[in-house]
Amino acid sequence: MMPDAAHPLSTPYPDREQPAVYPTPFVARAADGTASLILLVNGIHCGGCVQRIERTLAQTPGVVSARVNMTTKRLAIRWQEQAIDADTIVSALAKLGYPAVPFNVEPALRIDSGERALMRALAVAGFAAANVMLLSVAVWSGAFGNMGPATRNLLQWISALIVLPAAAYAVRPFLNSALAGLKRGEMSMDLPISLAVLLTLGMSLFEAIRGGPHVYFDAAASLLFFLLVGRVLDRQARSRAAAAAENLLVLRGSTATVIDADGQLRPVRVESLETGMTILVTAGGRIPADGIVTMGQSDIDTSLVTGETVPQAVRPGAKVFAGTLNRTGPLTVRIIAAGEGTLLSEIVRLMEAAGQSRARMVRLADRAARIYAPVVHLAAFSTFILWWAVLGTAWQQSLLIAVSVLIITCPCALGLAVPVVQVVASGRLMRRGILLKASDGLERLAIIDTVVFDKTGTLSLGRLQLANSPAVGRGDLALAASMAVASRHPLCQSLVAAMPGTFTLPDVREYPGEGLSAPSAEGELRLGSRAWCGLDDGERQSDDAAGPEIWLARPGRAPVQFLFSDELRPDAKETIDAFKKRGLAVELLSGDRAAVVSATARAVGIDIWRSTCRPADKTARLGELAAQGHKVLMVGDGLNDAPALAAAYVSISPASAADISQASADLVFQGERLGAVVEAWRVAKTARALMMQNFAFTALYNALAVPFAVAGLVTPLLAAIAMSTSSLVVIGNAMRLARGIGWRSP
Amino acid sequence: MTGLLFLIPAALFLGLLGLAAFLWALKSDQFEDLDGAANRILFDDDEPAASHIRSSTKPR
Repeated sequence: MMPDAAHPLSTPYPDREQPAVYPTPFVARAADGTASLILLVNGIHCGGCVQRIERTLAQTPGVVSARVNMTTKRLAIRWQEQAIDADTIVSALAKLGYPAVPFNVEPALRIDSGERALMRALAVAGFAAANVMLLSVAVWSGAFGNMGPATRNLLQWISALIVLPAAAYAVRPFLNSALAGLKRGEMSMDLPISLAVLLTLGMSLFEAIRGGPHVYFDAAASLLFFLLVGRVLDRQARSRAAAAAENLLVLRGSTATVIDADGQLRPVRVESLETGMTILVTAGGRIPADGIVTMGQSDIDTSLVTGETVPQAVRPGAKVFAGTLNRTGPLTVRIIAAGEGTLLSEIVRLMEAAGQSRARMVRLADRAARIYAPVVHLAAFSTFILWWAVLGTAWQQSLLIAVSVLIITCPCALGLAVPVVQVVASGRLMRRGILLKASDGLERLAIIDTVVFDKTGTLSLGRLQLANSPAVGRGDLALAASMAVASRHPLCQSLVAAMPGTFTLPDVREYPGEGLSAPSAEGELRLGSRAWCGLDDGERQSDDAAGPEIWLARPGRAPVQFLFSDELRPDAKETIDAFKKRGLAVELLSGDRAAVVSATARAVGIDIWRSTCRPADKTARLGELAAQGHKVLMVGDGLNDAPALAAAYVSISPASAADISQASADLVFQGERLGAVVEAWRVAKTARALMMQNFAFTALYNALAVPFAVAGLVTPLLAAIAMSTSSLVVIGNAMRLARGIGWRSP
Repeated sequence: MTGLLFLIPAALFLGLLGLAAFLWALKSDQFEDLDGAANRILFDDDEPAASHIRSSTKPR
């Protein structure tokens, strides 16, 4: 692979700071004095990165081994404990330009894809199929020439010796899933597949014993091989998505700093925090648990939790919530709820309740199987009755014909119809920076009729920009910006961004939660809230103000107001227009204030909007829409959207979203462009069309082939050719999506 | 026809050899990092900086 900086999964958090995580709590110690750790290094893009990291670490004294897995971006490292420690290694990596965080996903949370078991089954099936095909070609050509029945029977027995054990091994993935389905009282696609394989093997064995011509060992082996190829492709796409999802999970602040009773600071894992502990949250750090501020003043960015863009000032006694970001000053927080008791886990519970309704949806392939399986089994049964009872053929011969009906109806093409399209489509989306997380997300996305957007972080970037710069004098702006340089407050940072190349005023002091002050010749300069600048405190920021504001006060002059608005994503309006033009209803649900929401709705052209929605209000609205029979796509990013994302028919969230929202969304897109949502929808529609074509083709094929089978005209050669051809046609049709045929540009 | 008596076992043996090689490769983590493996052939260290590095610690 070329060093492609644009690899879609390389930066799951393009516009978010990495939390400071102390690696020590995650180190595993071995008996021989070595310690090991797995680190997630998101900056790995190419082979050069791999080489630099491995070479540097190998030359570091004390390091025993270091190996990078480039696919998952994880680094496994082992070192001598007395020679070096984990912090040194991590800081050495950071100095090299590769910030790393410990990979600490609990084994229980990790997704075992079972990929290896499938690969082994695929290898065994492939071996059997290839070798038996050698023998079968001999049998087929011998049938036209001079092969004696004894030789033919010998070749058949050798085939049996190869295929029977191989198939017994390779059929297990299908058989297990079919049995599990039956236990739940469902007929999945795996049932006809397993039945076809078992019956083919049984009949072939019977024929081999009898010395008859109807031996289909080759068909059974290649059927398994083709199907396993589909399964492995599907599973690989999914485990790649799972690895990316795990990496996202790791990036949340996974350590916290506890202040012990004796004043000692100690890093601990977030999971081991308890109620009553006192923790230190540095400026720029994420708050790990719900608590009460005991010391310090700061501004808290709650945008991920409430959708509110303006930071909230906190002082001792204020309540802070897990998942929010501490912006300006260090805080000491006493924990009042950790783990299960937090606002976060309440949102999780709301989400689980919402997600349960979705579990009842039936996948396309299973819907097809529900029609297909009974029809085929009935057809085979009536064939048997027809030949045996009506036409009076011997029961062995009748059974043989009935089984050949089952085999030729080709569950193979049907079994491939959906997974192949799925794999091609998710590969296409992956290249565009869109991650397909739910395997049936595409099927659902294709048939939506309503799109519901969140505001902050979804339609907008959650970044504030100066809105009234023409009204503000350039001199005032320059002065304000030169003070704002000193602060990490988001409003100050936007002020600096509006006035690039500003100078820095000396001696600026920051009062977290209030504002900035600086001395000057005329007296004290102040930049900050209304109250900080000495304006009428009784007249608090009224509810109809269109956005956040900041004031600049100078002695002897009128204070200057700076207004800010949330920057919209560059193509927000085009995206909404694209959906509206295609006849979809578009709505806006936001937790923000009415004035802000209506301004945004007007700007992007959404007619239906609701403001000050709590998480439960959002799910309630989605429930209303669903009750009216609408299929809703929810696009959102905040923690407050997580339940709605789980409740919607299908959901998409940006990669800058809260972890929990990404976890509940079906698709995740990277980058600033909202157009990815339209792109995903278009791919989904095309994919669904291709799936339908594949089903139609399979039905057509069956309509042509079944009469031959019922009439007892199917020879082993005919069966093999017909089945392979149908599988290849289905795969070829799916590949059209990769090459862009049948693809209408916007 | 007597040719079959050794040709078939020979074909099967070669096939099994391939199967065993694949299963061994799968077991020794050679399919865990296909992107990395593709890049590693381009590393031209004179002496492998870390020849002792094997799959003793493998990224999960």
